[in-house]
Order: sequence, then C-alpha cells, then structure tokens
Amino acid sequence: MRIYLDHNASAPLRPEVRAAMIDALGATGNPSSAHREGAHARMLVERARAEVAALVGGEPAEVVFTSGATEANNLALRGALAASGHGGLVTTAIEHASVLETARELAAGGTPLVQIGTDAEGRIAAPDVVAACTADTTLVSVGLANGEVGSVAPLEAIAAALVGRGIVVHSDAAQAAGRIPIDAGRLGMGLLSLSAHKLGGPTGVGALWARRGCALHAQASGGPQERGRRAGTENVAGIVGFGVAARLARAELAATSARTAALRERLWTGLRAALPDIVLNGPAGEPRLPNPLNVTIPRCEGESLLVLLALEGVAASLGSACAAGGAEPSHVLQAMGRNEADARSGLRLSLGPTTTDAEIDRVVAVVPRLVAQIRRGAAA
Amino acid sequence: MKRERIVVAMSGGVDSSVAAALCVEAGYEVIGVSLRLARDGEGSCCSLDDFLDARAVADRLGFPHYVFDLRDLFERRVVQPFVDEYLAGRTPNPCARCNQHVKFDWLWQRTRELGATKLATGHYARIAPDPATGRPVLRAARDALKDQSYFLFTLTADVLAHTLFPIGEMVKDEVRAMAATLGLATAAKPESMEVCFVPRGDAGGFVAGHAPADRLRPGVVVDETGAVVGRHDGVHRFTVGQRRGLALGGGPRRYVRAIDARSGTVAVTDASGLHSRGLVARDVIWSAGSAPGTDVTLGVRIRHRHPLVAGRIVETTERTVAIAFDDDGPAVTPGQAAVVYRGDVVLGGGWIVGELAA
Repeated sequence: MRIYLDHNASAPLRPEVRAAMIDALGATGNPSSAHREGAHARMLVERARAEVAALVGGEPAEVVFTSGATEANNLALRGALAASGHGGLVTTAIEHASVLETARELAAGGTPLVQIGTDAEGRIAAPDVVAACTADTTLVSVGLANGEVGSVAPLEAIAAALVGRGIVVHSDAAQAAGRIPIDAGRLGMGLLSLSAHKLGGPTGVGALWARRGCALHAQASGGPQERGRRAGTENVAGIVGFGVAARLARAELAATSARTAALRERLWTGLRAALPDIVLNGPAGEPRLPNPLNVTIPRCEGESLLVLLALEGVAASLGSACAAGGAEPSHVLQAMGRNEADARSGLRLSLGPTTTDAEIDRVVAVVPRLVAQIRRGAAA
Repeated sequence: MKRERIVVAMSGGVDSSVAAALCVEAGYEVIGVSLRLARDGEGSCCSLDDFLDARAVADRLGFPHYVFDLRDLFERRVVQPFVDEYLAGRTPNPCARCNQHVKFDWLWQRTRELGATKLATGHYARIAPDPATGRPVLRAARDALKDQSYFLFTLTADVLAHTLFPIGEMVKDEVRAMAATLGLATAAKPESMEVCFVPRGDAGGFVAGHAPADRLRPGVVVDETGAVVGRHDGVHRFTVGQRRGLALGGGPRRYVRAIDARSGTVAVTDASGLHSRGLVARDVIWSAGSAPGTDVTLGVRIRHRHPLVAGRIVETTERTVAIAFDDDGPAVTPGQAAVVYRGDVVLGGGWIVGELAA
C-alpha cells in the first residue's frame, strides 16, 4: 500500500482533470488562430480562465496563465517592480524560493529590499510588514499560506493598512488556493500567484492573477498572448486541466478542508500520544492550512526517518521539495528560530482530499516503530 | 521471507553501480545512498548529474536511492584538514580520511538507523577471513592497477565484518562489461582520478582560496648546499618529489626534497637525492590486529599506486611506527599514508611524519 502524504510538493492528478486533458490533447489548433480549430482551442483556454478566476474571486481578464507559480512569482516581482520604476520591495523570510531568490537578485541589482521575520510558529505580523514600508516601497510580497508549516499570513490587514500608499500587494497563493477560501478583491490584493499541481491539476501550469489596472511589465517577449503580459502559445491541455482542478477545488473546498483538518488533527494526536517528546512546527491554532503537519522528533534523524517511511510505502518530505541533492536545512524553520540540525529534521506530512482514515492510522502506527528503530541504531 | 537489508554507497560512477547490481543479484534488499560532500560548484564529485546517474541505476535495478547532505561534516573532517595539512607543508590524503570518518563511520551509523546490517561500496579491495584468527582482514583487489586498499587501511575487523566490496574480485573491464550488459547508464562513464572536491586538480589554488592570507607561508627555495635558488608564494604549492612549477629557470632537473612550513623553506635536489632509508608514521592503526614483529620483511606503500617497498619495523610505540627500508628507498612525503602489507593483506598503517633519521 502506498500512502501519499506529500500533497504540498505535488497533489495527485485528479481523474476528472486527466480525462479533460486527454480530450484537450486531441484538439488541434493554436488558440490565436482564426479558424474553427483555433477558435475551439481558444474556447477551452477561456473556459479554464473563468474557472481559475472564480477560484480566487477575480475576473477572467485578470488571469495570466504561466508555466507555474514560480514563473508567476517571477513575473509579479520583476514585472511589477519594472512597471513601478523600480521602487522598493518588502517581503518575508519564509517565502518560496522563487520569491526569495528573485528578491535577492533584484536586491543585487539595486532594488531596496526588506525581509520580515516570523514568530516561533511561522506567523507574519501585519504591523511588521506595514512598518517596513517606506515612501520608496512599491511592492509587498507576502505568501498567503506557508507550504512547509501551514501558517497563514494576515494579507487583509496588510493590504488594508497600505491602501492609498501606491503600494501593490502580491501574494504567492500556490499553497493556499483550493485549501482555504480566497477572495482576492476582499483581501485587497494586486497580484496573486497560483499553481495547478498543488490542487490536483497538472505540473507545468500556473497563473498570475493581476487586478485590472495593475501595471505589469511582461518578462518574455514574442507575442501578444495573455494580453501582452506573457508571450508564447498557451499550454492548452495544461490550462484545461488547471481549469477543471480549480472548479473542483472551489466546489469541494469547505468539505475537503474540514475533512483534511480533522485527519491532520487525528495524525497529530496519534503521533503525540506515541511520541511524547515530538515537537509541532507551525501554528497550533487557526488560522492555518488544513493539510500540512510539520514535526520534529528529537533524537531521530529526519533523513533516516524519511527513507524508512518511503520503504514502508509512505511518501513524505523534509521541508519543501528540491532537487535530488539531499535536504537543505529548511529556511522556514530557521526563520522560526530553530537551529540548523532541527531545521534539517522537520518532517512534513501533507494531506489531501484523497487521504483516508486508514492511511492516517497506519502512519500513526508506523512512525513510532521507525523512530524506535532509528534511536536503537543510533545508540548501538 | 524477509531479506537482509544493505546500504550501497553510490557515487554515480560505474564501480558503485556494479557493486549495487551485485548486491541485488546476491538477494539483498538494497538501499542506494549518495552523499553530497563538496560545496556547490567545487570539484568533480557530487554534481546533480552524478546523483541522477545513481538514481537512474537504482531505478533500472529496482531499488530506492537517496541523497544525504553531508557537506558540513565533510568540510570539517576532510576539507579543513586537507587545507591545514598543505599549510603545514605536508601532502594530505583526503580519500583515506573520507573513508575513515565519512563512509565507514557516519554512513555506517546511518546504515544501522535504516535497519540495514551491511554497508557496501564500489571500492577495489577484498575482505577475507584471516586463516589464523578467522577475523576479517583487508586484502588488495584482484585488479592490481585499480587496487584501493591503500585508502582503506584504517578499517578494522569490526568494520570489515559488516562491509562488502562486491567488485574486489573483478577487473575494471569486467565491471564495465557487466554494467553494459545490465544496461546501466554509467557503463561508459569516464573515471575521476583527482581529489574529488578540488577543481581542475589545482590543490594549491584550492588551499589558497580556503585559507586566510596570513596563514600562507611564502619563502625561499634552497638547493642541497643551502643556497637560495628561488622564491615561492607558499609552501602549500609543493609536495615531495614535485618537479613542475618550481620556476627555477634552466639547469638540471630538480625536485622538491623537503618542506619546512615554519620558515617557508622548500629544499630541492637533483634526482639522486630523492631517496630515504625509511619512514616514521603516527596515528598508526594495526587494523589486522596487532603490530607485526621486527623480524619480518613487509611491504610498505608510501603513496597510492607506488610499488610496495620492502622493509621492516624497527620500533613501535602505541601510536607510532618506524620502518626501515631493506634497501635505499624512495623519498617519503609527510602527510601521506604509509600502509603495511604482508603479501596482499593490509596489516595497518599510519600517517607519514618524516623519513627515518640516519
């Protein structure tokens, strides 16, 4: 039996999505062509655009399809700063690498950059963000939910406090979309990054929602697609899959979220009962993402546990997924004040709509046994 | 039936690929492990491509493969001592240190945590029971050209008891042929011969880049008479026996004979001066059990691939050994390992401090 608890790295492709994508792959035509085939492809793309817009409470015309949230984050940061005449950027220490590294590169190129830290549970305080904004600041980028530890940022408070200051608020919502309700308009966002494969869509497609009127310089040239904000023939099948995944996620959000949160609680309670010294990484209470549980188990090497779990058929991760190069210490856990050894050993179990009670019970039974084995081996 | 679990250390090269294949063939439940050792962008090992090669082999042979990040430990136990040794005028042997502290210590610890009972690597060496005691001892590989037992002299019977060198009975051509037969992606992969974490084989440049400038020891080059014949920008650029890079202009060929880091002096000689009557080594490990007696002729290897030199032990203390060569022997290089063999069995070894005084 395989138990997949790594939905925050990538959620399994939903069968409905797969079926729609296979149909779309059978359709001929460039969405920009005027003939019937082209028109059909255009219709598929636009239908998906409406679904993705609806997921975040936006207008279809505000959605720019990209190759994923990483490209969306790049477009948001580089595109918005370029359009604003390169003002300052305020962001946080717990962002996804595509925000962190882009911010670092922009800073090296002269963009004034401020990075906000978190509390011990990985939470960002709105007043910290607001206080960091100066007269030069033109962009604030704060992830809506953190995929490693599940904290949710107070975007509404941040945006409300910045109204009228000429500052665009961007949020990487890749881990939040489909898991917590998002109303970009109410949140006061200017830009929002989305990913298809975190919510049951395919990898390789995402979107940047950009509020009407939000100035954005395209980062790729060579075509008028996506209203001039992202050149290149659209990934039609991928976009179709994203659309279906967005529709399903929106329709099922309340029920899935409640179920997943209950399963996560069952997992946490079970693990804590068997391993009294286990430490929770991330917020103990709301608001938080329903699905990830991040824990540190003292005297138990995270890498060893991950390997043994994999051998038992349980797919999990240490922090965020990265190249086949071994685990880096998690920058999120480090920002939360954990030392390097602990930041290397945070085990992330991220649940999804397909996770079952039986799977959670099995993990609750397996983990303590493997921990005991590791502790025995380390002591021998 | 539950199979015995084994960890195979995989570099992404052909040797460890075939070692893993042999473990699969022998019926073990194999876990492939690659170690991330060098810092990004440094040297030839641990590139993402190597890990992906190892993963492709694991995938082909049907076992899981993982990468462990060991950069901090490697920096502390291998890279930093490497730099320190060069600064002290010695020529370090990082492969032996890595085997001792990383592969057969840390990785073994990790192996036990993973519930495995054995650790296999793609080294060219053999393990066989000592006929006298029954305890496992290390032997040279069947392929004398590829033999790596020199780098493994620190492995004691306790370690050898849970270690496997599956390719020790094979020659390189057989290893490549087997990899090709199995369709392993690494079958024709070129071999890395230099120190894995040093880019372009430029140890001097690496040391200069990793040491504060005030620790470098520039100085003079002197000949046999003590006359100054040149200058240099640091003793870390030299090793005993070195001919290239002395920048002494024309004249007869000259070789580094000795290095004194304290005064920054590099002594050179012509070829006739490159000999010694023996060596003294420290931090000695008699891995096969106990120190051999002073009455037996032994083979001594003073650097990798150097032919064995016949000699006998003249004195041992707990941690040191003095060995006299039977005939006039080669000049020895402080910092390198001196490994003692009886036939093809490794008895032990230590780190060369200097030559045996007359």
